Amino acid sequence: MKFREWFKSGDPWIWMIGGALSISVIMVVGLLLLIAVRGFSHFWPAPLVETTVTAVDGSQSVILGETVDSETLPADRVREAGEFIDEDAQVITRHLFKVGNRDLTGRDFVWHLEAALGEWRYPEDAMMIERREWGNFYGYPLRIEEDGETVAGGEGLWSELQARIARANELHEQIDRIERQEIGRINNQLEEIRLEERGLEHYGVTGAEREAVMADLAARRAALETEYEDLRAQRNDLQARAERDVLYARTANGREVAINLDQIVMASKNNALGLAGKLGFYWHRIADFLTGYPREANTEGGIFPAIFGTVVMVLIMSVLVTPFGVLAAIYLREYARQGPILRMIRVSVYNLAGVPSIVFGVFGLGFFVYLLGGSIDEMFFPERLPAPTFGTPGLFWASLTLALLTLPVVIVSTEEGLARIPRSVREGSLALGATKWETLWKVVVPLSAPAMMTGLILAVARAAGEVAPLMLVGVVKLAPSLPVDGEFPYVHLERKIMHLGFHIYDVGFQSPNVEAARPLVYATALTLVALILILNLTAIAIRNRLREKYRSESD
Amino acid sequence: MMEENREQSVQVPTGVSVSQDREALNIEREDICIETRGLNLYYGEDQALKNVNLRIPRNRVTAFIGPSGCGKSTLLRCFNRMNDLIDICRIEGEILIDGQDIHHRDVDVAEHRRRVGMVFQKPNPFPKSIFENVAYGLRLQGVNDRRKLAEVVENALRSAALWDEVKDRLDDNAFGLSGGQQQRLVIARAIAIEPEVILLDEPCSALDPISTAKVEELIIELKDRYTIVIVTHNMQQAARVSDFTAYMYMGEMVEFDDTSRLFTNPRRRATEDYITGRYG
Repeated sequence: MKFREWFKSGDPWIWMIGGALSISVIMVVGLLLLIAVRGFSHFWPAPLVETTVTAVDGSQSVILGETVDSETLPADRVREAGEFIDEDAQVITRHLFKVGNRDLTGRDFVWHLEAALGEWRYPEDAMMIERREWGNFYGYPLRIEEDGETVAGGEGLWSELQARIARANELHEQIDRIERQEIGRINNQLEEIRLEERGLEHYGVTGAEREAVMADLAARRAALETEYEDLRAQRNDLQARAERDVLYARTANGREVAINLDQIVMASKNNALGLAGKLGFYWHRIADFLTGYPREANTEGGIFPAIFGTVVMVLIMSVLVTPFGVLAAIYLREYARQGPILRMIRVSVYNLAGVPSIVFGVFGLGFFVYLLGGSIDEMFFPERLPAPTFGTPGLFWASLTLALLTLPVVIVSTEEGLARIPRSVREGSLALGATKWETLWKVVVPLSAPAMMTGLILAVARAAGEVAPLMLVGVVKLAPSLPVDGEFPYVHLERKIMHLGFHIYDVGFQSPNVEAARPLVYATALTLVALILILNLTAIAIRNRLREKYRSESD
Repeated sequence: MMEENREQSVQVPTGVSVSQDREALNIEREDICIETRGLNLYYGEDQALKNVNLRIPRNRVTAFIGPSGCGKSTLLRCFNRMNDLIDICRIEGEILIDGQDIHHRDVDVAEHRRRVGMVFQKPNPFPKSIFENVAYGLRLQGVNDRRKLAEVVENALRSAALWDEVKDRLDDNAFGLSGGQQQRLVIARAIAIEPEVILLDEPCSALDPISTAKVEELIIELKDRYTIVIVTHNMQQAARVSDFTAYMYMGEMVEFDDTSRLFTNPRRRATEDYITGRYG
C-alpha cells in the first residue's frame, strides 16, 4: 500500500529522469576529462629516469628516458610472449620507456620488466633534445664545437647551448620562409609561364604573335630563374651558417654522438627545471603544437595546418549553406502551396539529415569533383589538362559537400523560426501597403534571424566534426601549402587541406610510430573539441545579440 | 426574433452615457466614404457575413459593436482586403470606397492598403527603431530623403500625441515602449502615409485605462482628417468616441444609426437587449 502511494506520488519517475540526466552528464564530463587530461599532460616535461637493465644473459646496459606506461600482467602471458621469467612469479610488472635515440637503437619505445631493472635515478644533468628528425634524443651534453673548435664545455655549456640553439632556430626560420614563400612564389610563376605556353598551342596562336609572346615568356622565365638562383644561394648560405655548431653528447650507455644544432628544436634538462621552468616549457610546447607544422609523418611537431584547414572549411561551408538553406526555407514556408507534394518535399529534406555522411562523400566525389570539377577544368583551365585543377578533391568541394550535408538542419530551424513570427506583425506591414516580399524581407526575416543562427550553430557543430566524407572530397594527410596565402587570388579553393578530424584518424591509426603518436591523438582531439566550442560560442554570442535586438513581447 | 420590429419606443436604462450636447446626425445628409452592397463572406462552408449593406460617412467615427464572433472584425478587414490573405475566404457583393469597387482587377492591393490604414488589437511594432517604425511606410514608397522622413515622422508622432514622450529616443528599439505607447506608435505609423481611412480593430483591448483614454482622445482628434472605423467590445467606448454605431449579430448588420440614438432609443429589441446587458 505504501509502495503504491510512493509510486503514485511520482517520486520514482523523478528519480529515474534525474538518474538519466546524471548518467548523461557523467559520461560527457568523463569523456571531456579524459581527453583534456591526456591531451594537456602530453606537454608537461616528464622526469628523465636512468636505470640499469640486466638482460637474460647477465649483460647490463643503462637506459635513460621517460616512463610512459606501466602494467601488471599474469606471468603466463608474458612467458608466452617469449620473455624469461622466474618460475614462481605469478604476476609481473613492466614499464614502457620512451628512450628516444631512434637513429642509434632503432626503437624509441621499449618495454622492460621491473625485475630486470636496477635502481631508478633522476640525474640532474640528463637532457632531452627534441630534434627535427629521428625523434627525441636523451643523453648528457659534453661540449659544443664550432667549425671543429671546442667553444664550450663544462660550466658554461648549458647556457651557451641554449643561446646557440636560439640562433640556429632563427636561421632555420629564415630558411623556412625562403622555402615556403619565396621559392613557392617563383614556382607558381614558372608554372604559370608553362601554362601560358601550353595555352598558345591550345588556342592555336601562330606566326609573329606567337613569337612575340614566346620571347616575352622566355624573358620572364630567365628573370625568375636568376631570382631563383639568388634565393637558392641565399638559402644555402643560411643553411651553412645554421650548421656551424655541433653538440657532442653522450648517451646513457656512454656512446658519443654528434648532433648538429640545426637539427635541434629544443633542449631541456627536465630534472633540473623548477616549477617556473616547467611551466615555461609547458606553454612553449603547447604554443609550438598549435602554431607549428607537422614533422615526421605527423607524429611530431604542430597541427597548425589542420586547425587552419578546419576553420577555413567551416567558414566557407557556412557561407554556402546559409543562403541556400534560408531561401529554401522561406520558399517552403511562405510561398509554396501547402499540399501533398510539399509534404513529400519536406519529408525528403528532413530525411536528408539522416543519410550517412559517407554517402554525401561519395556523391560529392562523383558529382561535384568529377562531373562539376571536370567540366570547370574543360571550360576554364583547358591548358592545364590532363592535370586537374578543380577536377580533383579540394577545399571548395569539401565545403560544398558539407554544406549539402548540413542543409536540412538550416532549413528546419529557419522554417521553425519563420513559423514563430506572429501573424500580427506580418499584417502590420501588409496594412501599410507592403507587398508580401517587402514584408518578408524587412520584417519577417530579421525577426527570424536568431532561428537561422541556431540552424547555423548546429550545422557548424556537425560540419566541424565530420571526417568520413572529407576523406573523399579534399582532405589529405599532409597538404603542401595552406589554402589561404599571399598569392593571388589569396583563397585557393582548389587546394587540398588538412583537417583536425582526419588528422586524429591519421595520427592514431595510420602512423608508423604508434606509441609516439598516441598522446598527439588526445591533444588533437582536445584541440578539435575546443575549436568547435569556440566556433559555437561565437555563433551563440551573435545569436544572443540578434535576440536582444529583435526582442519582442511576443517572445 | 431579432427581425421583429419594435412597435413602440421605450426608455432604455442603458447605463451608457452618450454626450447629449450635440445635434443628432442624419446618415442621409452625410458624405459617404465606404459603402457595401449585398456583402456575403464565407470561410469555406461557413458564412461569416450575411448580406451586409452599410454606408460609412466621411470624416466621422463609426463604431462596430456586437458579441464575439459576430463578424465585426471580419467586416472591418474587408475594407483593406486583409481577408485576401486567408486562402479559404470567399467574398460576394461589392465594397465601394469613394465609389470605386475595391475588388476591381485594376486595383493594386498594396496601393489600396496605403489608402486604408489599419491598427490591430495587439500593438505590433516592427523590430526596428521608433523612427524607422514610423518611416516604414514611406520607405516602402521609395522616400529615402532623411530630411523629408524626419519631418513626416515628427508630424505623425505629434498627431498621435506621442512626440513629447519619444522625441529624445527616436533611435531606440520600439519594443522598449509601453503597450499604450506602442499602440499610439502604430497609429502614428498608419497616419504617416496619409491614408483616407483608418480602421481600428479593438485598439484598446490590450491597454490599461489611462492609455485607453489617450487613444480615445486621439481618435476624436483625428476624425477631422480621416474617416475612422473602429471595432470595439466596449460599449462605453463606442458611445464616447463614435458618431455612428453599427450593431452586428451573427454576421448580420442588425442596426446602424447615429450613436446617441442607437444607445438611447434603439429601434430593434435585439440591439436593446445587447446594450442593456440582457443579451445571452
